[in-house]
Amino acid sequence: MLWTALVTMISDMTALTLLAEVSGGASDSWFWIVLTGAATNIACALVGCFLVLRRMSMMGDALSHAVLPGLVVAFLFSGSLNIVPLFLGAVVVGLLTTFLMQTLHQYARVPSDASMGVVFTSMFALGVVLIKKFVSGHFDLACVYEGSLELVVLAETVVGLPRPLFTTLVVLVVNLLVLILLWKELKITSFDPALATTMGISATGMHYLLMALVAVTSVASFEAVGSILVVAMLIVPAATAHLLSDRLAVMVPISAAVGVLASVLGYVAARHWDTRIAGMMTVAAGVLFALTVFFSPRYGICSTVVSNLRMSLRVLREDLLAMLYRVEELDRAKRLTPAEAREAIGGGWLSRWSVAALRREGRVIMDGPQLQLTDIGRESARRMVRSHRLWETYLVEHLGMPLDHVHEPAHRVEHFIDEQMAQELKANVDSSKQDPHGRAIPE
Amino acid sequence: MLPTAFEIHDMTVAYNRRPVLWDIDLEIPEGKLVGIVGPNGAGKTTLIKAALGLVPLASGKVEIYGKNYRQQRHLVGYVPQRESVDWDFPVTVRDVVLMGTYGQLGWFRRPGKAQRAIADRCLQQVGITPLANRQIRQLSGGQQQRVFLARALAQDAQLYFLDEPFSGVDAATESAIFELLHQLRSTGKTVLVVHHDLQTVRDYFDYVILLNMRLVACGPVETSFTNENLQMTYGGRLTILDEAAEAMRQREPER
Amino acid sequence: MSPQLCLETLILGTLWIDTLSLTQKVMIGTALLGGMAGVVGSFAVLRGRSLVGDMLAHAALPGVCLAFLILGSRNLLELSLGALISGLLAIGIVAMLVRWTRTKQDAAIGIVLSTFFGLGVVLLSVIQKPHIGGNKAGLDSYLFGEPANMLSSDLVFLAAVATVVLLVVAVFFKEFKLACFDADFAQSQGWPTLLLDMAMMSALAVVTIVGLPIVGVVLMAAMIILPASTARCWTNRLHIMLLLAAGFGVAAGVLGTRLGRGLPAGATIVLTAAAFFVVSLLFAPQRGLLAKVIAELQLRKRIASEHLLRALYELNEPSLPQRVPVPIQQIQESRHWRSLPKLLAAEVESGLIERTGGNVLLTSLGMRRAVELTRAHRLWEMYLMQHAGIAADHVDRDADDVEHLLPAALLLELEQQLAATGRLPETITEVPDSPHELGGGPGASP
Repeated sequence: MLWTALVTMISDMTALTLLAEVSGGASDSWFWIVLTGAATNIACALVGCFLVLRRMSMMGDALSHAVLPGLVVAFLFSGSLNIVPLFLGAVVVGLLTTFLMQTLHQYARVPSDASMGVVFTSMFALGVVLIKKFVSGHFDLACVYEGSLELVVLAETVVGLPRPLFTTLVVLVVNLLVLILLWKELKITSFDPALATTMGISATGMHYLLMALVAVTSVASFEAVGSILVVAMLIVPAATAHLLSDRLAVMVPISAAVGVLASVLGYVAARHWDTRIAGMMTVAAGVLFALTVFFSPRYGICSTVVSNLRMSLRVLREDLLAMLYRVEELDRAKRLTPAEAREAIGGGWLSRWSVAALRREGRVIMDGPQLQLTDIGRESARRMVRSHRLWETYLVEHLGMPLDHVHEPAHRVEHFIDEQMAQELKANVDSSKQDPHGRAIPE
Repeated sequence: MLPTAFEIHDMTVAYNRRPVLWDIDLEIPEGKLVGIVGPNGAGKTTLIKAALGLVPLASGKVEIYGKNYRQQRHLVGYVPQRESVDWDFPVTVRDVVLMGTYGQLGWFRRPGKAQRAIADRCLQQVGITPLANRQIRQLSGGQQQRVFLARALAQDAQLYFLDEPFSGVDAATESAIFELLHQLRSTGKTVLVVHHDLQTVRDYFDYVILLNMRLVACGPVETSFTNENLQMTYGGRLTILDEAAEAMRQREPER
Repeated sequence: MSPQLCLETLILGTLWIDTLSLTQKVMIGTALLGGMAGVVGSFAVLRGRSLVGDMLAHAALPGVCLAFLILGSRNLLELSLGALISGLLAIGIVAMLVRWTRTKQDAAIGIVLSTFFGLGVVLLSVIQKPHIGGNKAGLDSYLFGEPANMLSSDLVFLAAVATVVLLVVAVFFKEFKLACFDADFAQSQGWPTLLLDMAMMSALAVVTIVGLPIVGVVLMAAMIILPASTARCWTNRLHIMLLLAAGFGVAAGVLGTRLGRGLPAGATIVLTAAAFFVVSLLFAPQRGLLAKVIAELQLRKRIASEHLLRALYELNEPSLPQRVPVPIQQIQESRHWRSLPKLLAAEVESGLIERTGGNVLLTSLGMRRAVELTRAHRLWEMYLMQHAGIAADHVDRDADDVEHLLPAALLLELEQQLAATGRLPETITEVPDSPHELGGGPGASP
């Protein structure tokens, strides 16, 4: 299965190479750089979504550091930077790290975050020492941190592709395959590991599988973007997607798209300011995340603020309407002036706005110097008062609350009672004609 | 007429805008042993937390001996739920009990001989003197509860709030704690206890607060702990109340 | 001490520093760093904020670069200030993300950590352009640490920071302890838990940032976590834990520098600290894994032995007060045994049983123990059934688990409780119907 996929992929690659040549010739490095960045981002985003949902984002950070000694040892044994032994080393050390963290937490009662910190930093230190001791000529330590996407084009080519790109694409395909084949298993173990286990899907097994994928992905991305920026690629697009969607099946493609967008924007920005590309891709992802935080349609800060403001204004307008209705009810002739009405709902610019808005909507008109409900206005006010009085009746009859304590809750709730709930209330209270204060409940 | 130790006026508490306590109004005279009773999710813990200023009030006010909680903090002792702390924390039983005296000590001053004496006395009162130097994880559930109780005693308060002190404790501890609460009451302290074993309410308490999102009853056990009130407290889910609360949380425009 | 004397000491101290060799300076510097990292790290680990150090260390990079770009200096103090500002900003952003959006804590930390670092990398590449005039070395040391660059002034700076941090912890020890252990309780007593929290965080930030040029980004995170976790293995008291953590930190600094000649000092310091941790984890007296394994094995052995004695007693029961030999086959069938032959051999060794052919006979000592155990077991069974309301068919299993964990005092209490209410069961009062050889053993009823 895997091998057929690889073969298909390789033939696709040839197509891509052709595409690259068409779009500006092999000398144009931007294509390869952006492609590598995007491929890395997609590969990371695929597994990153699960990290974020499982609340294990820091595992990305931990594993991308912890695999270092594995890489060195693999290199020492194989004597080359061939990806197969490197991946093997990464997987072995990644799983070992995961195992150690769990063991420390379970058997030595080290808090889970501390056990993560202890293991990955120690592993990383070990890696640093091993590099200095045995292979200082082959590994650039600074590269572990930053990566050098710029150099992608200079790398030797495999089947017509720069090696880092090839590596990343292989990982991308592997991630994609695992995701497609084990979609429901990953989903259920992320959502409810206990349930999954009772259904015969090993949550532990899936955990280790995911961690192995993270280890491999971060190794593949090392050369291009470095160990920390890979954390950004694992987490930031996924977290961005999480703010934009409520469904896993939507979240995964969105995160991949965010990753691609970040690579393109990052590349453009880096070229514009002439700085490091990988770093700029990270910053671009960060900016996209920040934009989402503010402007996400459902979970953004702006939309929350706006909807809160809207809500308060609505409440204010409705309070005003209900008040006018009550005044009318008490004394058919009595009317309020706009100033009196504003005063009664707390004054200030909000109340001024409310009165103006009601007039604009045609729910209130000026009758000489006084406010007068229109038919539409009276209708909505009637519904409000009805909700209020039904609720008061319900509180007294069903919850046994004292008479003098029902107005305040009813005043709060009346704005949130829809027709269905009002019907329900009406069916539930005995005296649907009068409220506990003896006033008529409007139909 | 006994002075009022604890008073709540028109208090509404909301988490995430979703009301969990609706317009509570109650008054507890001094020297009573009060059970706070209600089903799960009725807002018992929230009531205590709101009284202690740990969660913000949406409206209303809380008074302790006629004044704002902030001014009367030194009169209040608190026993949180046992699960609320990390029992693996590197402190001994005596350390934890000493924490009860921190409030009176104020900034910078260290607990000295006097405070240690208080701690030892409180340890003895709850009967865990031999365990004073144990790390707190090495205790059984009941013993841990006694540690918290001793800490509250060390606060030397007038008014005590206990959040489920009987949960997960053995029978011996339960009766020991109850004995202690009786002693407290006999010295004029007021004690409020979140409790959910209905069978023991009559034996344990002389005042009861029946709570289910709203106050059902508050008064002496004989008059308030009636079948009718219990029916109101426990009888079925308050679906409409829930629905309304949920609608308020989501703030979905109704039309 | 008079101000003059203070001044003199200070001058002398500074002079003394200048006489040190580089290695000595590095050693003192790393020791100071290890010490303070251990102390502030303890609070971080106990509050479940171990990874905040990691985040701070990474998030400091853009601050350092900006400070360099704006101020144009490589002065340690100014760079550190830049680092501190961006570190605190990072903490603030994490707090806001968690508070205002649905992003969880772990993701928020990861996002801020990596994005800030990415920004740092970008700024670093700006600095490294020739016309800005920065050279790589000074700022590169922030990545991996360059303790060999330690100047006398750096040492004075480190010492000053260490003094301030340790003083703050000493002064606020009581308050930090309370806020760490039980924030709700602290708040109910009127302590400003938010401020205390911020003070602890700031101390952590300051230490992380002064440590960056010495051990580097990732390894600084290790210095926060490792000494504290190591110390936790050895003690159950907070103040001792702080002292031990400082000690382990200092030792890791000194030894790591010493052992790691020619290797990156940061890494060897961290590996030394890790070695301390592993050793403590395995061999610490109470919380060590070895101690736990030994205790577990001993408990298991005791439980097996007690099961055997009780089984023998029950098999003897029909013929009491006469002790009778019991066929091994019968014992074998009485319950599930892990390895009966080994167990029998051990019990023969301790003189509790005798073996004759295929039979097993309790010695008088063995009988006395068996009576004791059975009595305790049955007392417990009764207690559980009557007090705890556990279904009767579960009683036996619970008793098996728990009777071995019960202290003798509680057993006595149980007995008295049952006896006082006249509920000490017939079967148990009859247990001390002991064989005449015993002559009223400890199992005899009063």
